[in-house]
Amino acid sequence: MAIKESTSPRAAVRPRRRPRHGLEHGKYGFILTFLLAPLGLYGLFVVSPYVQAIYISLTDWTGLTAGQTFVGFDNYVRLFKDDQFLIALRNNGILLVIVPAVTVLLGLFFASMLNVGRRGRSGISGVRGSGVYKIVYFFPQVLSVAIIGVLFKYVFAPTEAGGILNGVLNAVGLDALAQPWLGDPDFAFWTVVLVMIWSFVGFYVVLFSAAMQSIPKEIYEAALLDGAGRYATFRHVTLPLVWDTVQVGWVYLAIQAMDAFALVHIMLGISGGPSRAGDVLGVALYRAAFNNYRFGYASAIGVVLLLLTLIVAVLFMRAARRDRVELS
Amino acid sequence: MTSTVDEKPATGAPPARPRRRRGPGVGAGEGALSLLNGTFLLFWGLITTLPLLWAMISAFKTNTEFLGDPWTLPDTFRFENFERAWTVANIGQYFVNSVIVVVISVPLTMLLGAMAAYVLARYDFPGNRLIYFGFVGGLIFPVFLALVPLFFVVRNLGTLPLVGTALGLNSHLSLALVYVAFSMPFTVFFLTAFFRTQPTSIAEAAIVDGCSHWGLFFRVMLPMARPGLISIGLFNVLGHWNQYVLPVVLMNEPDKKVLAQGLAALAISQGYRGDWTALFAGLVIALLPVLIVYVLFQKQVQAGLTAGVLK
Repeated sequence: MAIKESTSPRAAVRPRRRPRHGLEHGKYGFILTFLLAPLGLYGLFVVSPYVQAIYISLTDWTGLTAGQTFVGFDNYVRLFKDDQFLIALRNNGILLVIVPAVTVLLGLFFASMLNVGRRGRSGISGVRGSGVYKIVYFFPQVLSVAIIGVLFKYVFAPTEAGGILNGVLNAVGLDALAQPWLGDPDFAFWTVVLVMIWSFVGFYVVLFSAAMQSIPKEIYEAALLDGAGRYATFRHVTLPLVWDTVQVGWVYLAIQAMDAFALVHIMLGISGGPSRAGDVLGVALYRAAFNNYRFGYASAIGVVLLLLTLIVAVLFMRAARRDRVELS
Repeated sequence: MTSTVDEKPATGAPPARPRRRRGPGVGAGEGALSLLNGTFLLFWGLITTLPLLWAMISAFKTNTEFLGDPWTLPDTFRFENFERAWTVANIGQYFVNSVIVVVISVPLTMLLGAMAAYVLARYDFPGNRLIYFGFVGGLIFPVFLALVPLFFVVRNLGTLPLVGTALGLNSHLSLALVYVAFSMPFTVFFLTAFFRTQPTSIAEAAIVDGCSHWGLFFRVMLPMARPGLISIGLFNVLGHWNQYVLPVVLMNEPDKKVLAQGLAALAISQGYRGDWTALFAGLVIALLPVLIVYVLFQKQVQAGLTAGVLK
C-alpha cells in the first residue's frame, strides 16, 4: 500500500491534524485493522439484510417455493389490494401524526411548568419539587417497551382477569365508563396509542427541560418586567428558543412511533387485536414473514415502512431549511 | 422565530427600571393558576407511578386477592410468588440469558464503535466520508425491513464449519453480535462527534513521545473519551437489555429467550393459566433492577439517553 501524504482535497479544506512522519508510517494498516471488525459485522448483519430485503420484495419467495423468482412489483400491487395492509398503513399514519403531536404538546407543557412555571419577586423558576418530577416522569423511558406492554395488557384487562382500570372505575361508581379496552375494535388501537404516549412523554419533558435550562434567566426577567403573561412568555420567549429541539424531537418521535411492534404484539396479539383493527405495519410484516412464510410479501411491507420513514425525514429537513431561511 | 429576544443578551446588567415589588406579569390570578398547574404535574406523576406501584403490590398478593378489591393491600407479603416466577415461570433462566447477551454485546459495541469512530474522526483517507455516512445512514432504516434476510443470515451462520456451533439461531453470541451491528450507527455517530472535539495538542505530544497509532488510541484517546463512552455505554446497556423484536425473531427456543421477550411470551400465554401474581413477580424482577440503576445514576442516564437527540 502506497503511503502518501494525505493529498485528498478534504485534507486541504480541514487541516486539523498536521501529518507527522511518525504517524504516517503504518497509517493505512492501522485504519484497516480498526475498521475491519466494525465494518464486517455491520455489513453482515445490517447492510446485507437491507439490500437483500429490497430484492426479496421483488420476488415471490415463500416458505413453499424453493427459490426466489423475480416478479417485479407484484407484491406491491397485492399490498394495496389487501384490506388488512391498508388498516395497518392507516394505523401507522395515525401513529405518525397523533403520537408526536400529543407527546410534544404535553412535553412542552410539563417542561415549561417544571423549569419556568413559577413566577414571583425573584423572577421565574421551576415549580416546587420539579427535581422529583423530572426523575419520576422519566421512568417509562428506561423500561423495556415489552415490559410496558405486559403491564398495560393487565391495566386494561377485563375485571375478571384483574384489570385495574375497570376495577377502579367500578369501585368509584363509574361503571358506565368501564370498557373491554383491548377487546373492542373501536378502542383497542387507541389504547395502544395512549400507552405509547404515556411511555414517551417523560423523555421529551427531560429533553425540553434541558433546552429550557439553557435559556438565560435574564430574558425571563425582562419579559416579566415588560408585563408578559404566562402564555405570552411561553409563546414569545420559551418556544422560539427551544424550537430547534422541538423539531428534532418531533422527527425522532415520528420514527419511534412507527415501531409499535412490541406494544401491539403484546397487548393485542399477533393478529392485531379484535377484528385485526389494531394492526400496524411491523406486526403485519412479522405475521407475513414468520407465521405465513411469505417472505417476498413481508419484505414489500418493510420497504413501504422504509419509504414512510424517508418521507418523514425529508419533509423534516425541508421544513428545517425553510425555518433557517426565515431566521436570517 | 421572529421574536427579538435573541438580540437581547442582557448580560446580567442591572434592570434599568426600578424593580416593582411584584412583576406586572404576576397578577392576582397567579395563585389559582399555579395550583391548577401543580395539579396537572401531580396528575401526570401519579399516572406514571401508579401502574408501576400496582404491579409491585400485585406481585405480593395471592391470586384471589389480586382478582378482588383493587384498593386492598396484600394480607402478607407472598415472597413465594417470586420463587414461582424465578423457577416455574423460567424468569430466572431468561434473566441469566439477558445478562449473558448484554455482557457480550455492550463491551464489544463500545470497543468496535470507538475504534471505527476514532479512525473516522481523526484520520483522512479515501472513503472516510463514504464509510461514515454508511454507518450513520443506518439510523434511518427501520429494523423491520432487515428481519427476513437477517433471520436467514443468522440461520446460515449456524451451518458454517467450526464456528457454526457457537453461532446460528438461538445462540447468545449471535444475538449479541447482531446487537453490536445494529448499535453501530448511533455509537459511531455519537463517538465520532466526540473524538472530533478532543484537543489535538495532547495527541501531538504523545506522538512526539513516540506513541504508536495503537498506543495513542488505547492509552491516550480512549481514556480521554470516558465521559462520552459512559453516556453511550448507558444508552447501549438499556437498549440491549430492553430489546424485543430481534430476540423474538432470532431466539425461539424456550430456554434461550431473553427477559423482556420471555416475560411477554409468559403474559401472552398466561391468559390460559391464571397465575397472575407470579407473572407480576416476574414483571417486578424485570423492572426493578433497571429502575434502581436509573435512580442511582439518573443524571448520567438522562444525559446518555437524551444525548442522541440533542447532538
